[in-house]
Amino acid sequence: MSRPIKNTLLFAAVLGLILSSGFYRSWNVSLGILNMGLISAIMAMGVNMQWGYAGLFNIGVMGFVALGGLAAVLVAMPPVPEAFAAGGWQAIGALILGALIIAAAVYLWKHMARGMARALAMVALLVIGFFVYRGVFDPAVAAIEAVNPAGTGYLGGLGLPVLIAWPVGGLLAAGAAWLVAKTALGLRSDYLAIATLGIAEIIIAVMKNEEWLSRGVKNVNGIPRPVPYEIDLQNDPGFVARMTDWGFDPVSASSIVVKLGYAALFLTVLLIVLWLAEKALNSPWGRMMRAIRDNEVAAEAMGKDVTARHLQIFVLGSAVCGLAGAMMITLDGLLTPGTYQPLRFTFLIWVMVIVGGSGNNFGAVLGGFLIWYLWVEVEPLGRLLMDLITAGMADDYWLKLHLLESVAHMRLLTMGLIMVLVLRFSPRGLIPER
Amino acid sequence: MDFLNALVALANFVLIPATAYGAQLALGALGVTLIYGILRFSNFAHGDTMAFGAMITILVTWAMQANGISAGPLPTALLALPVGIVATAALLLGTDRAIYAFYREQRAKPVVLVIVSMGVMFMMNGLVRFVIGPDDQNFFDGERFIISARTFRNMTGLDEGLVIKSTQGITIVTAIIVVAVLFWFLNRTRTGKSMRAYSDNEDLALLSGINPERVVAITWIIVAALATVAGVLYGLDKSFKPFTYFQLLLPIFASAIVGGLGNPLGAIVGGFVIAFSEVTVTYAWKKVLIYLAPEQWEPDGLVQLLSTDYKFAVSFVILVIVLLFRPTGIFAGRVG
Repeated sequence: MSRPIKNTLLFAAVLGLILSSGFYRSWNVSLGILNMGLISAIMAMGVNMQWGYAGLFNIGVMGFVALGGLAAVLVAMPPVPEAFAAGGWQAIGALILGALIIAAAVYLWKHMARGMARALAMVALLVIGFFVYRGVFDPAVAAIEAVNPAGTGYLGGLGLPVLIAWPVGGLLAAGAAWLVAKTALGLRSDYLAIATLGIAEIIIAVMKNEEWLSRGVKNVNGIPRPVPYEIDLQNDPGFVARMTDWGFDPVSASSIVVKLGYAALFLTVLLIVLWLAEKALNSPWGRMMRAIRDNEVAAEAMGKDVTARHLQIFVLGSAVCGLAGAMMITLDGLLTPGTYQPLRFTFLIWVMVIVGGSGNNFGAVLGGFLIWYLWVEVEPLGRLLMDLITAGMADDYWLKLHLLESVAHMRLLTMGLIMVLVLRFSPRGLIPER
Repeated sequence: MDFLNALVALANFVLIPATAYGAQLALGALGVTLIYGILRFSNFAHGDTMAFGAMITILVTWAMQANGISAGPLPTALLALPVGIVATAALLLGTDRAIYAFYREQRAKPVVLVIVSMGVMFMMNGLVRFVIGPDDQNFFDGERFIISARTFRNMTGLDEGLVIKSTQGITIVTAIIVVAVLFWFLNRTRTGKSMRAYSDNEDLALLSGINPERVVAITWIIVAALATVAGVLYGLDKSFKPFTYFQLLLPIFASAIVGGLGNPLGAIVGGFVIAFSEVTVTYAWKKVLIYLAPEQWEPDGLVQLLSTDYKFAVSFVILVIVLLFRPTGIFAGRVG
């Protein structure tokens, strides 16, 4: 079987699986899987750029995804003028001051002669700078968080259309990635991995604690949507008449129309990113990337700037993850920093890339859809299996109760098993790199 | 007097907890560093291995408690520990046979093994949650304190009471014993020497007739013991929750890298460096300062440098500083 036919069949099979859930569950569920599948596919493409093209081991995906989500809040939520008046400019000024202190420390390090004096000067600058910064920053934060803490208690956003947040999410993630890359790239691959793991935890900690910025664990809900609300559709006589004409129930049709609207937006973004990624991969730049991945020393000997190229691809891949993160928060309509978990937002994306086929954009997309479908569907399937196993047991037998209760944890086990099996028997994934 | 009070407060909230935490991190980092030295990859499943060992120990502890077996003033978990170690060793040897051995034969690149260990991490994590659930579990029993605040105050007449929890004492004593045995094994026994030879130069070790599969198997057994002990001590001292063990991965790896990956002594030093910095930076210093500073200088706030939620940031910053200025770690680890 030729390659294009095989790949088409694979895609058809996975889409068929997702659609089939529309028949045995409901179209709402099926479209929900499709929408998150589209977002997962974009995240997987971001990781695939870093790992598949360039061999960079980033396990901080969660952090970049979360930054994209933060962008959705900062761009789309209405501003809170009272909070801004209370301490907004002071807080922003303090952040700029903090950045200047760090820049000054770096300058000092580069321009003073080596020795004890340099180390002491830098440490002194940083310690004094830290207290000055906290002195300016803390009152501002207290003032902002005191403004209507139950309703807002944060600075709010810019009140712009939420679609603008998507590229902004990418930019925010790219900025963070640039900072990480500047410090950690050029280190050995496992060191980079640990560094990215750490930065992701820090980003989440910031989002949970800095209430003036993201409301922390109080969450932000009601993020504006790019598509109409169900209730508006149901109150629109034209929509109701048309749906009744076509023989649908207007209430359930409204939520399906909304989901289809999201799906159309996400599909557009996916196709644009996929097209760009394919163009890049098959250009001289893409070939250079793979050459660097396969043999860094040889590529360096040919005059390629390995560190600069790594920096570039790391920033690009993280930007794609940030974009997907902003899309996900737009779909959810709320930002809950407490729900970002590394297993779900970092390692699951890795399973998608490995299973789909690292180094191949179509593989990453396929993996994104397939693994997301399994992630959602393993639980009901597991319940079915457990019901079967425990069918013969008495209803109050402890093992039966325990097994039924633990079904929710089957998905981690299954994901690990899939990953290990793929790595063992088909290490290049479903759609291998060409 | 005030100075003594400040000292006691410092010991209470910084020195003793940080020492206990440092010992737990050091045991975890020793496991990571041994796998790195012998099997040559960073094992991401280590946090979940600790959780597995602790889980088995907890289940056995519960069974013992139900049957009225106890260790008197000591926690019953210490009696259950050997069972946990044996079960974890069986799990790790089984994983090695079923999964890692294949890649060793192929002489796969280390990064492939790291990714494989991510899959293993998922499976172990799922297994632990499947068996014991994702919630907090309490399995501590026995005497709570070695010295309680009131006894200490009555004894010395100071305002500040020194508290040493028995779990902290047990952690430190156990860690010292385990580390002493480990170093004796690595430096004095034939098997330990063959392990170090294998770690230094694989080919030379093979030429001298060292059986690599035996070395690997013994490494896994030692790692199982270290991980289980670390996991149980952490669970006794703080609490057992599968997700916390997964999160320990970052400080543990930071400890191992800061000390120098592949260097056992470095892992111990690294563990204490990370633990002390974490506790110092996230501790509210007001309690110590009120004894030292003159009255009018008394601080308004808690004098806490960073909120405790930023403790990961501390591991991370130390890691980055060490990597920038001394890429092989404090003690030269293995590079390449």
